[in-house]
Amino acid sequence: MEYEPVIGLEVHAQLLTRSKMFCACSADYAGAPPNTHVCPVCLGMPGSLPVINQTAVESTILTALAFHCEIPEFAKFDRKNYHYPDLMKGYQISQYDLPLSVNGFVLIDDAGTIKRIGVRRVHLEEDTAKLFHVDGASLIDVNRAGVPLMEIVSEPDMRSVEQAHLYALKLRQILRYLGVSSGDMEKGAMRFEANISLRPKGSTALSPTRVEIKNLNSLRAMVHATEFEIARQTKLLQAGGTVEQETMGWDEARNATFTQRSKEDAHDYRYFPEPDLPRLQVSREWVAAIRARLPELPDEKRERLMREWGLSAYDAGVITAEKEIADYYDRTVQAGKARGADAKTIANWVTGELFRLMKDRNEEIGAVKIAPTQIPDLVALVNAGTLSNTIAKTVFEEMYASGRDARAIVEERGLAQISDRGALEGVVEQVLAENPKPVGDYLAGKVATAKFLVGQVMKATRGQANPALVNEIVILKLQAMKKA
Amino acid sequence: MPLTRTQVQHIAELAKLKLGEEEIDRMTQQLSAILDHAARLQELDTDAIPPTATVVPLQNVMRDDRVEPSMPRDDVLANAPDKDASNEFFRVKAILRE
Repeated sequence: MEYEPVIGLEVHAQLLTRSKMFCACSADYAGAPPNTHVCPVCLGMPGSLPVINQTAVESTILTALAFHCEIPEFAKFDRKNYHYPDLMKGYQISQYDLPLSVNGFVLIDDAGTIKRIGVRRVHLEEDTAKLFHVDGASLIDVNRAGVPLMEIVSEPDMRSVEQAHLYALKLRQILRYLGVSSGDMEKGAMRFEANISLRPKGSTALSPTRVEIKNLNSLRAMVHATEFEIARQTKLLQAGGTVEQETMGWDEARNATFTQRSKEDAHDYRYFPEPDLPRLQVSREWVAAIRARLPELPDEKRERLMREWGLSAYDAGVITAEKEIADYYDRTVQAGKARGADAKTIANWVTGELFRLMKDRNEEIGAVKIAPTQIPDLVALVNAGTLSNTIAKTVFEEMYASGRDARAIVEERGLAQISDRGALEGVVEQVLAENPKPVGDYLAGKVATAKFLVGQVMKATRGQANPALVNEIVILKLQAMKKA
Repeated sequence: MPLTRTQVQHIAELAKLKLGEEEIDRMTQQLSAILDHAARLQELDTDAIPPTATVVPLQNVMRDDRVEPSMPRDDVLANAPDKDASNEFFRVKAILRE
């Protein structure tokens, strides 16, 4: 029998707030010495009281709005109880039955087909402390405990590993556009849990038993673990076995899932309302004020670039993939308006030469030295006929390396295009004299050799000659020889 | 509403308590009695009262996203049952990552 995977993802994203979720300790713990961003609230000391970080709540609502979620009028926090050394209080403050948002969706483009992935809820909780395992002991750094953590729970709407991958990428892209999370997986700012079950192809029923894989700390781990688990379950079912409901971990080194908890010892979190935190009443005015802060999102931006500026779907897609690149492009187009450089030509430079050089040098857009005004200046030089396209690329490379203006480079290196007819006529005559055979061929009727001769002139001028003018002069001279 | 011994064992496990056989019996009785007592509240007519998660007449108590100094690390670790050699971390017996 053929099986179809049914996949749901839980995505945890740290919010980019200055302070922690429930206290005023700094949330920016990367690189901080261990246990230096810690206070009695982080430690769960008796008598300490949490207070909600308003920015964290607003960032979560903003994210939920970007996912088209409903924002209920009431929300509350709950205690999720379990014993583990990464949890200083013995419980994690999370949200159970009244989360900040429910019922949204995200659209993914699966090889040309737009698919809607439901977002069941986006809620807010606190991150846990970090454990390090060293020779027979575990060391605890509490700096991370209490960092605002947003949990985005999808519906089990994904039907392939590729769709899960696209969905995760889309979430990350939107979070970065919103500026609410860095989405930096290497720093642990974004983590995944996957729920996977199989069903006979064509069936619409959800399997009652699903396997949950926890602690997937990168997109790669999520993709590999999901692939592995689908293969494991397929083999099991095809051999006539059944899939047990269980929680699994992912062993990156062995590239395999392993059982953590079976159904029998499933966690009993005994959620109850957090008595130390008054409920949240989310007024419609508040939601409207947050909605007004929604920036242009990647899909909208992509469509606008295609509609307004005639970019191809491919170019618009790669330009909007990363917020930083989209912003860079936007600023360049703005600067281009005053310089007569159109958006499409600028897009060609960005997706062509700029991306090529960035890739060659393995550099991010943030490291690019070319300022947004500098590309339009280069385009203006090409438009004015001062530079040929070929030479412009050389200039661009130099701009990329040094961050200097195109005009300065052109003047210093004498790269301006030669459009002086008199000067070019001399070069053409010389080239014709040095190439009697191609000239003879042309005169005998092989007109294609003209192209070769034009190429020779370009070569003689190190590419600086105006190609259209060279072409014209070569043809005129050859025609004159033919008549003679 | 009497609790079963199995339920009491489960609760003890969640609370990380080790109970002897006699203690399980005693707790089963005592916890059942407490539940019975609380069950009397169910007899109240609450049809006209909206559900609430809190008895505090407050809402939307929030703070601005501002950083204030944390505690000195020596204070943070002052009550730690165990520390690492460099006095930087809490130290507990080995835990396998869950």
